[in-house]
Amino acid sequence: MLQVQKSGAATGAVRATKRRATVKMSSRTSVSKRILVNWQLYLLILIPFVYVAVFKYIPMFGLVMAFEHFSPVQGIAGSKWVGMANFQRFFNSYDFWKVLKNTLQLSIYNLAVGFPAPILLALSLNYIRNNRFKKLVQMTTYAPHFISVVVIAGLLVQLLSPSGIVNHMIAALGGKPIDFMTQPQYFKSIFVFSGVWQSAGYGSIIYLAALAGIDQQLYEAAMIDGASKLRQIWHIDLPGILPTVVILLIMNVGQIMNIGFQKVLLLQNPLNMDASEVIDTYVYKVGIISGLPQFSYATAIGLFNSIIGLILIVIVNQIAKKVNETSLW
Amino acid sequence: MNWSGVMKNSTGDKAFFICNYIFASIAFLLVLYPIVYVISASFSSPIALMEGRVWLFPVDLGVQGYKAVIEYHDVWMGYGNSILYMVVGTIINVVMTIAAAYPLSRKDFVGGKIIMLLFAFTMIFSGGMIPDYLLVKNLGLLNSRLALWIPNAMTVFNVIVATSFFRANIPDELLEAARVDGCSNFRFLRSIVLPLSGAIIAVITLFYAVEHWNSYFNALLYLSDKQMYPLQMFLRDILLMNSSSDLTMNVADESMRLYLNELLKYSLIIVASLPLMIIYPFVQKYFVKGVMIGSIKG
Repeated sequence: MLQVQKSGAATGAVRATKRRATVKMSSRTSVSKRILVNWQLYLLILIPFVYVAVFKYIPMFGLVMAFEHFSPVQGIAGSKWVGMANFQRFFNSYDFWKVLKNTLQLSIYNLAVGFPAPILLALSLNYIRNNRFKKLVQMTTYAPHFISVVVIAGLLVQLLSPSGIVNHMIAALGGKPIDFMTQPQYFKSIFVFSGVWQSAGYGSIIYLAALAGIDQQLYEAAMIDGASKLRQIWHIDLPGILPTVVILLIMNVGQIMNIGFQKVLLLQNPLNMDASEVIDTYVYKVGIISGLPQFSYATAIGLFNSIIGLILIVIVNQIAKKVNETSLW
Repeated sequence: MNWSGVMKNSTGDKAFFICNYIFASIAFLLVLYPIVYVISASFSSPIALMEGRVWLFPVDLGVQGYKAVIEYHDVWMGYGNSILYMVVGTIINVVMTIAAAYPLSRKDFVGGKIIMLLFAFTMIFSGGMIPDYLLVKNLGLLNSRLALWIPNAMTVFNVIVATSFFRANIPDELLEAARVDGCSNFRFLRSIVLPLSGAIIAVITLFYAVEHWNSYFNALLYLSDKQMYPLQMFLRDILLMNSSSDLTMNVADESMRLYLNELLKYSLIIVASLPLMIIYPFVQKYFVKGVMIGSIKG
């Protein structure tokens, strides 16, 4: 009897291992089977995948030339390796501090003014009870988002020119005309506030959505407690949109090093260059439009820029994770 | 209950609401004024504009600026090119985006997570301008219309937006039911998914179309032949490089020509923005929707 039981247990154990083995086998076959069954999905994503590989990842390997003395004839593989020489040259160049300072000043100024603007607008719109007025303000403030950067730059040059409307206004108020575009000290403010004009409205959409998602009971409770509207904003609205704010802040900080370069390039002229030359416009000049394009040197400068950006986004994301438990990844 | 407290609060609230209305109104007027001014300026006479008599409404109503723009051949060439770049480019973009987003949205798509990670990484790190430029050059795309289509065939951000839409809006049960009926993935995408995805297709089509219409930098980087320039490149030349003098050569009077040069810039801004201004009121809600879908994923 005992014997039988033992052997029974043994066969049971064998069966169990066998079953486990078949489960393992079948899970392996089912992975390949699942791939096979869905072959059409792989076919669909094939071209987008190749596109990303070619147009996003191959240029990343092209970054190798930042460490070379690249010559187009010899290609990346054949060009002479120079290590950090291109970076050293940039760090030692007269332009380095100027473009770094301009990039950081412009970005931080832009972040400090441009980031809170849509939040303020959204909070304000959220407390407008007249629906038609609200719709009108929204419709109007979203519109500049769709104006091209060329038109924005052209518009600024027109409106701020010595014969433009702004100087007519200054003259009407008894002031002296100012040629804004040729004075370096105005450049950053022009850039930042035209950015607010263009983007604050559209940027407010996301905050309005977050505000709409806040539990209405919180407001009712606050009302019963006799909280003023400002207290409601402080204790209900702001905490309610905080996760959105944090995410967008991370994304914006990650963009600090390459902010609005296309607009800078358009607004730039020889007279405001002291304030308007940023890293990306410098790369464009050194690497593309120069009579003797220095591909390696320009790539090194661009890589320096990207790496700072990457470090920034990782740091801010870590901080956000610790402090707030909201993060990009 | 402390009634006086409620009363006090309601007067406080009243003040808050009034201040808020004033704030919103100022924001509204600050955004609106430049737009109104440009429209009014474009319909004024060159002399009124230069003398600074235009403040809010057109002065000495006229269409001289528009006449000069219409007679300028390059602008129309640019318009035609821009439409071509926008239409073809957007079709490529939308097809590519859906082809990438639909498989990525499927739970049973083995390897989807890795592919998504590979895609998303390109949003925070890239080769940059020079390697991009050299790649396009090496592929022989420089100074070809393809250079405005292929290097921008897809935006990863829009793929993520579309993926989260598919995930949220195509129930798994639908796929299972279709499977039971022997429906293939292609057929399911064509007959079930796409008809249910009108909203997201509209959203990404508009995102891409606006991007194409407004972009100038790729043309600046990759095109050298003026015949292929999109409108924004001509706008850049005229508005920012002041190359409009040849537009008004036939105007005899020197100062009048100068005035007209300024006026036509305003008209040109209106003409260039017209397509978007016309469709904007009708499609605005799709952009709002797009931002919302995008924000779910963060």
